[in-house]
Amino acid sequence: MSEENIVTAENVRFSYPDIRNELKKTPEVLKGVSIDIHSGEFTAVLGHNGSGKSTFARLINAILVPSSGTVYVSGMDTKDDENLFAIRQKAGMVFQNPDNQLVATIVEEDVAFGLENLGVEYTEMRKRVDDALKSVNMYEYRNHSPHQLSGGQKQRVAIAGVIAMRPQCIILDEPTAMLDPSGRREVINTIKKLNREYGITVILITHYMEEAAQADRVVVMDNGSVVLDDTPEIVFSNVELLKKLGLDVPQVTELVYELNKAGLNLDKHIITEQQCIDALTILLKGR
Amino acid sequence: MAILKTEGLTYIYGTGTPFEKKALDNVNVEIQSGEIAGIIGHTGSGKSTLVQHFNGLLRPSSGKVYFNGEDIWKDKKVPHDLRFEIGLVFQYPEYQIFEETVFKDIAYGPKNMKLDEKSVDERVRQTAQMLQIPDSMLSRSPFELSGGQKRRVAIAGVMAMRPKVLILDEPTAGLDPRGRDTILGLIKNYNRETGCTVLIVSHSMEDMARFADKLLVMNKSRLFCYDEVSAVFSKADEISDMGLSVPQITRVFNSLKKSGYDLGEEIYTVKYAAKKVLEYLNKEGDLS
Repeated sequence: MSEENIVTAENVRFSYPDIRNELKKTPEVLKGVSIDIHSGEFTAVLGHNGSGKSTFARLINAILVPSSGTVYVSGMDTKDDENLFAIRQKAGMVFQNPDNQLVATIVEEDVAFGLENLGVEYTEMRKRVDDALKSVNMYEYRNHSPHQLSGGQKQRVAIAGVIAMRPQCIILDEPTAMLDPSGRREVINTIKKLNREYGITVILITHYMEEAAQADRVVVMDNGSVVLDDTPEIVFSNVELLKKLGLDVPQVTELVYELNKAGLNLDKHIITEQQCIDALTILLKGR
Repeated sequence: MAILKTEGLTYIYGTGTPFEKKALDNVNVEIQSGEIAGIIGHTGSGKSTLVQHFNGLLRPSSGKVYFNGEDIWKDKKVPHDLRFEIGLVFQYPEYQIFEETVFKDIAYGPKNMKLDEKSVDERVRQTAQMLQIPDSMLSRSPFELSGGQKRRVAIAGVMAMRPKVLILDEPTAGLDPRGRDTILGLIKNYNRETGCTVLIVSHSMEDMARFADKLLVMNKSRLFCYDEVSAVFSKADEISDMGLSVPQITRVFNSLKKSGYDLGEEIYTVKYAAKKVLEYLNKEGDLS
């Protein structure tokens, strides 16, 4: 295991206990996942519902522990109870529903919640809360009540609560699923900023292919295994495989795929609007 | 004829309190029978307040709501059967499932309509079939099903009342791409088979581009427009200013148009875009 890996999973298998009979196990949700997440990387995880991606996320910050195999966070084994607090501090988690994650009646108190539990002293806490709120552009809302905020704003407050703990890694499980387009943009821009400017490792689970296209790396899970793991350009060029797995590709990638099927010869690694515009401009100019 | 119509519909929350807010401001709209309409707008634009007026859950502060030409508030209370005629499926409807079996859950609405047992049975089985819920699932507990299956059961419960208008608030929220296409496809089939008017509240322009006939766009408590999908997407700049977005593919072709490559209006699905590009290349090729 190298120093620069924040998360290392080694042949991880997992099955949930049967709710009716604790001794029985349900079918395996993860079937031997091995993966390294490098420090500072922005990784998107794709997969249809039930593919095991959320379970994998919960294994990273030790909400769940593997049935067999090992997950290391900054070199610490998640199975070891003594590491629990240290792991949660290294790898913070943000969930889908903003309303289920905010606990306090004032925004800044919500952001301070985790720090209070750690017993961080006041001046340090004040500084961290302010810094965290500024980093998600919610500082001017610090005295608001969370219920006055939009979904995107609430999600950014939830992210600030994690950032205040100064984690090295933040795991987001479909953080934009319940937001409108502008809320989605706010949250994605915040995530990108935390990654680029603060060097925080980001693991983003999403169903939105345009979000995944902005990551450094895309991991595709299916039926408890990793089936693709590469740059977004290369992953999304597998249009047929992704469709077979019940997933999408960005619309621009699909357009290139359709045009190539009709006999054109465009770069199949196009994943952004601008790349598509440039390629089509050359194509149309050269007709 | 318009199946739903509003006239000067205005709704104010918390009248007389410091939190007073105009949630709907003079909305005039006519929805034709048999259409699939997407209802689009940013959070807080008034979409949900509007659909809650359609089935009488909220009473207008001023203005009127007509269903089949009848003012729904002409008496003190809305007619009892209005809720059967206009079915509302809330967001994450699977959280509202409560019966012991899938059958009983779907049967809840029709039973409340005082249908006899045989008709209830028929309704449940027909609706289950339309939503691809296999017979073998009907006797199972809904709580054993997957999220996508539960959602279909919850939607079936409202469809089984055979409403004339079916309103769904973000029916695909939280589903993966395949689950999303399945649900939207089943809703479209239902619309085709029964002729029922369908209103879908959605945040996804890409989905509505593929599934809706028309779009109703709300902005800051007012109706921005109610028009054919293509006409709405031709106002891309205004739509973006509202915090909404047009499909990625539409943005690409709008940008190409600005640099002099006009491949025609109304490009909002990938298949159509591909066809337009090929036509453009071929046509020019023939001329030279």
